[in-house]
Amino acid sequence: MLILTCPCCGIAADETELSPGGEAHLTRHGPGSGDTDFEDYLFNRENARGVHFERWRHAHGCGKWFLAARDTVTMQVFGTYPAQTTEPPQEIRDRITKARPGWRWRDFGAAE
Amino acid sequence: MQRYSVFAIAREAARHHTGWQRAWRDAAPKSRYDVVIVGAGGHGLATAFYLGRNFGITNVAVIDKGWLGGGNTGRNTTIIRSNYLQDSSAAIYERSRDLYETLSHELNYNVMFSPRGVMMLAQTEHELRGYQRTAHANALQGVETEIIGPERVKQLCPIMNIDGPRYPVLGALWQPRAGTARHDAVAWGYARACSDMGMDIIQNCEVTGIRSEGGRVSGVSTTKGEIACDKLGMVVAGHSGVLAEMAGFRLPIESVALQALVSEPIKPCMDVVVMANTVHGYLSQSDKGEMVIGGGTDGFVNYTQRGSFHHVEETVRALVETFPMLSRLKMLRQWGGIVDITGDRSPVLSKTPLEGCFINAGWGTGGFKAIPGSGWGFAELMARGHSPLCDEFGLERFREGRFIDESVAAGVAH
Repeated sequence: MLILTCPCCGIAADETELSPGGEAHLTRHGPGSGDTDFEDYLFNRENARGVHFERWRHAHGCGKWFLAARDTVTMQVFGTYPAQTTEPPQEIRDRITKARPGWRWRDFGAAE
Repeated sequence: MQRYSVFAIAREAARHHTGWQRAWRDAAPKSRYDVVIVGAGGHGLATAFYLGRNFGITNVAVIDKGWLGGGNTGRNTTIIRSNYLQDSSAAIYERSRDLYETLSHELNYNVMFSPRGVMMLAQTEHELRGYQRTAHANALQGVETEIIGPERVKQLCPIMNIDGPRYPVLGALWQPRAGTARHDAVAWGYARACSDMGMDIIQNCEVTGIRSEGGRVSGVSTTKGEIACDKLGMVVAGHSGVLAEMAGFRLPIESVALQALVSEPIKPCMDVVVMANTVHGYLSQSDKGEMVIGGGTDGFVNYTQRGSFHHVEETVRALVETFPMLSRLKMLRQWGGIVDITGDRSPVLSKTPLEGCFINAGWGTGGFKAIPGSGWGFAELMARGHSPLCDEFGLERFREGRFIDESVAAGVAH
């Protein structure tokens, strides 16, 4: 069973305690944006086979949203971090690079 | 092709079954084909079959990274129905159900289509009103369905408890000509027919790259070498996103795990298929006597082809109220498959930004029932550039806001 540590309350919660909230770091396009931007924001997804960044809510706990970095094939969790950010923290990226050299996900990737 | 018949069985019985031939050739790839289909599951093989049968295109290879029918074709709960709300969905699913009726004869391969009837239980007032709407829509679409009351539900399925305290059965949407078929046989039957037309079915051949020249597809790189082609069809369900990335475009699809389980075999006790969408479980009895139970999906991107215990618990817990006898059964095995879910829960049958490359994906949790119709339509799309069955299911519908919204109509299960 998937276990994620909530960065807000520090509890290691299993997936029955959490609600998945889809892909993280989406750019939220608003009025005046083009059709392609809206399509990307609303529908198109990375759907990565491998490293993935995603939103979770500690629904049956503190109730807060947070973000997680996970491998969608092995279910390995690289870490969780607060939702108030537009990109994953360097510490988590380094951890992913160590485990998955050459990884890439949308605009993020392993350091050259 | 060696025809299967009662005479063939008698002949082989007389010579101790020494004369049976392989059902299809396990081919090595040629350097070039007119059409390459990636994915030797039901949809891919059906596409190849109808390309040959309806359009005379037989220089075709169907390649798969694993074995034939080893993905979702071999992992589903084998339910076939066409009681959808939207007109374009009803058209393709009803064509599919209709083709299933005569598929064994067409392929000379027994796919064991059993039109035993499918009922979708209404266990809340809201659900009942939703199904009444679907029944009216089906009447206009020419799909035979009706709303039946709790007494008729009990008569059709005596093992059901219709007075459950939490979710009493208020009625059901009943489709008498829906049912089940043998899932593996569908893939095997199409494979045999394709092979007979001279097509190559290449297993253990993973696509590692898609080659293009001037915005037009020119071939695929595989673990068994380079294969050139004029047209490419991607029919890989859960892994569509991986292939789309190789071809350089994005998809409105997320891949999640869907799981099912079967009980120990018991004597015949249920000769219909029941879908209980409020509690989210569906149930039928296989010819071997196992109770086949379909469960829910994970809500997060997942490429591990296995189930999770808490989903099994949720599904079984929910079904036990409506089917009390299930509480005494041992569950034998459970498994998972990776399904590709779109925003409107309808499939994508479409051209792609890469010319000559077509995609058939997004069937989500209900692809098996659509195999013949999907193959029929997608073959027409690939051969002619458009198809009345597929035109509404284009990728551009997301940008243009022309959804075929079955997610609201069908609740959860497909």
